[in-house]
Amino acid sequence: MPALLFWIFAAAMLVFGAAVIINRNPVASALSLVISFLGLAALFMSLDAYFIGIIQVLVYGGAVMVLFLFIIMLLDLRAEKARRINMVAFAGGIAVALALFVQIYLVVSQLRGANATAPALADPAADDVRGVGLLLFESYNLPFQIIAVLVLVVTIGVIVLSKRELR
Amino acid sequence: MATLGHYLLVSGLLFTIGFAGVLLRRNIIIIFMSLELMLNAANLSLVAFSRFRLTAEGLPNYNAQVFVFFIITVAAAEVAIGLAIIVALYRARQTTNVEDITALKF
Repeated sequence: MPALLFWIFAAAMLVFGAAVIINRNPVASALSLVISFLGLAALFMSLDAYFIGIIQVLVYGGAVMVLFLFIIMLLDLRAEKARRINMVAFAGGIAVALALFVQIYLVVSQLRGANATAPALADPAADDVRGVGLLLFESYNLPFQIIAVLVLVVTIGVIVLSKRELR
Repeated sequence: MATLGHYLLVSGLLFTIGFAGVLLRRNIIIIFMSLELMLNAANLSLVAFSRFRLTAEGLPNYNAQVFVFFIITVAAAEVAIGLAIIVALYRARQTTNVEDITALKF
């Protein structure tokens, strides 16, 4: 993937990611979240992880976005009124987040091989769905089944939580 | 060309944006979206390592991609259950502002 495309998609992902937390209107935040995840899916594909990229689009661009929009519209949330901001808490939050990023930057800058470009694949047409699928059903068969049980539990849990009275 | 360090820094920046969202916003749905951003930032660094540290056969390390698959599944389950909890909370309190929810406050 050309370097230019990497920067375009990375910038789109970060700008719309920032828009998620800056927008006052929850619907605008949810739509920014989806565009941010589409940029992320493009970055996955630039890393030759086509399966993960497509899963990302299907799960986040499809299912999760619909869930978020559905709940925002069900609760009829309007744009927040401009509240008086607690400046101490605001400055503290920014400072802690910046400190976290500085730490990440220091760790990455000292990482061996951080300047390495992507090594060439032995087989450029390597089938990543086959690779992931074989691992998933051979080495990770038990976790896969546990995840299936988890999804079942979530299905039941959501129905129980959505009942009228929680008694 | 984009290096491993570039991908990790972009991932770190996305994680920081999500972290700032959790700290600064007061709307519980926006906080939830920020959590999703943080989970996806972790996914990006996993996939970057999978592509830059090839296996002996010269293929990407698919173990990381299986891990990302599990994270996406758990995150989707988390969204479903979390939004159900938010709806139940809204029914009980008629608010999504975390400053108005103080029942567990010491």
